[in-house]
Amino acid sequence: MYNFKFHKVDKIEDAVAILSSAEDPKILSGGHTLIPTLKQRLSQPTDVIDISNIDSLKSIKNNGDLITIGALCTHSQVATSMDVQSEIVGLASMASQIGDPQVRHRGTIGGSIANADPAADYPAAVLALDAKITTSSNSYNSDDFFIDMFETAINSDEIITSIDFKIPKKSVYKKFRNPASGYAMAGVFIAIFEEGIRVAITGASTTAFRLHDLEKKLENNFSVDVLNDFNADTTNYNSDIHASAKYRGNLVKVLLEEVIAELV
Amino acid sequence: MAKIDIKINGKEYSETIDDNILLVDFLREKIGLTGTHVGCDTSQCGACVVHINGDSVKSCTTLAMQVNGKDITTIEGLSDGDNLHPIQKAFQNNHALQCGFCTPGLVMSAVDLLQKNKNPSEDEIRDWFEGHICRCTGYKNIIKAVQEAIA
Repeated sequence: MYNFKFHKVDKIEDAVAILSSAEDPKILSGGHTLIPTLKQRLSQPTDVIDISNIDSLKSIKNNGDLITIGALCTHSQVATSMDVQSEIVGLASMASQIGDPQVRHRGTIGGSIANADPAADYPAAVLALDAKITTSSNSYNSDDFFIDMFETAINSDEIITSIDFKIPKKSVYKKFRNPASGYAMAGVFIAIFEEGIRVAITGASTTAFRLHDLEKKLENNFSVDVLNDFNADTTNYNSDIHASAKYRGNLVKVLLEEVIAELV
Repeated sequence: MAKIDIKINGKEYSETIDDNILLVDFLREKIGLTGTHVGCDTSQCGACVVHINGDSVKSCTTLAMQVNGKDITTIEGLSDGDNLHPIQKAFQNNHALQCGFCTPGLVMSAVDLLQKNKNPSEDEIRDWFEGHICRCTGYKNIIKAVQEAIA
């Protein structure tokens, strides 16, 4: 690991101040993406800012029609939260499928969303639950948030502070786990709201995305029959050592069938 | 360089360390507690698992400075003199180790499981150990050891 200056801050303002003034700073939350990156010498920050002491970012609040999750909430916290389990069970189930128990004790929702790994789970939840992402200086709608692989709409001097998830009538998330890493080779999140249905896919392309046509079809007829003539448009799907774009396309269809069947 | 104040197995330590030293390397090389092992160094095998404020965590993916001021338990902190922790005894009774390399991490992980879930099913035990890899035993005796420890 290249060396760096380590900072531990107690307030968001202090973290933003270092972010704005340091030469090449990085925010450290759970560290289960940043530290492996540093160990492989893929990143050489001058300053690492540990924000894990900022207790105000660690709560989960049920606000009636939405749940607000602080950016520093660990996957373990989200998975075991009574509020998330009762109101958005698909989100609790997703959090419980990330990594392993030890990883879930450290990894945070803010870190996952800010990193925007194409195979991360949370981006599918952000899209399916029409989440609002609040940062130290701005807020973003779900559909505007994920730009490209590892690229979100936030600026380099912003820190995610909380995420508001809309409470659906029903929600389910399933993924096809890479057998080694546990990451989503494809992941499907479907949320049913009074106003309509949202279907989000992760793991298949450079960012998570919604299937707008399928959403409309499901609104007219919520059944696995809508998949009879469904073929994923794999033009922008990833091909790598784990799976071809075509295989991922098939995984998406299989997972859609399973999720719809569970929600019917 | 940075200063770390930390409690390990009930004892207070105050050291000067590199900003970027990993917790596992700090424990092994600075403090001399070599029971915690570096297996894969990529967060997958669990040989490095310790407790931070009671929760099991992979110390190869944690900077020592992240746990400044916190309470760490390593495998060395489980036994009370010559008296083994019940989970250590259960591992011994059930031949749940061969080379022993993965064992400290698994034992620490098992201790955390039984703290959080007093009576896990076999599936819950196996799921809990998702983050551990053992090349010797085939896991069966490890599961039996945890089941004995529940009783």
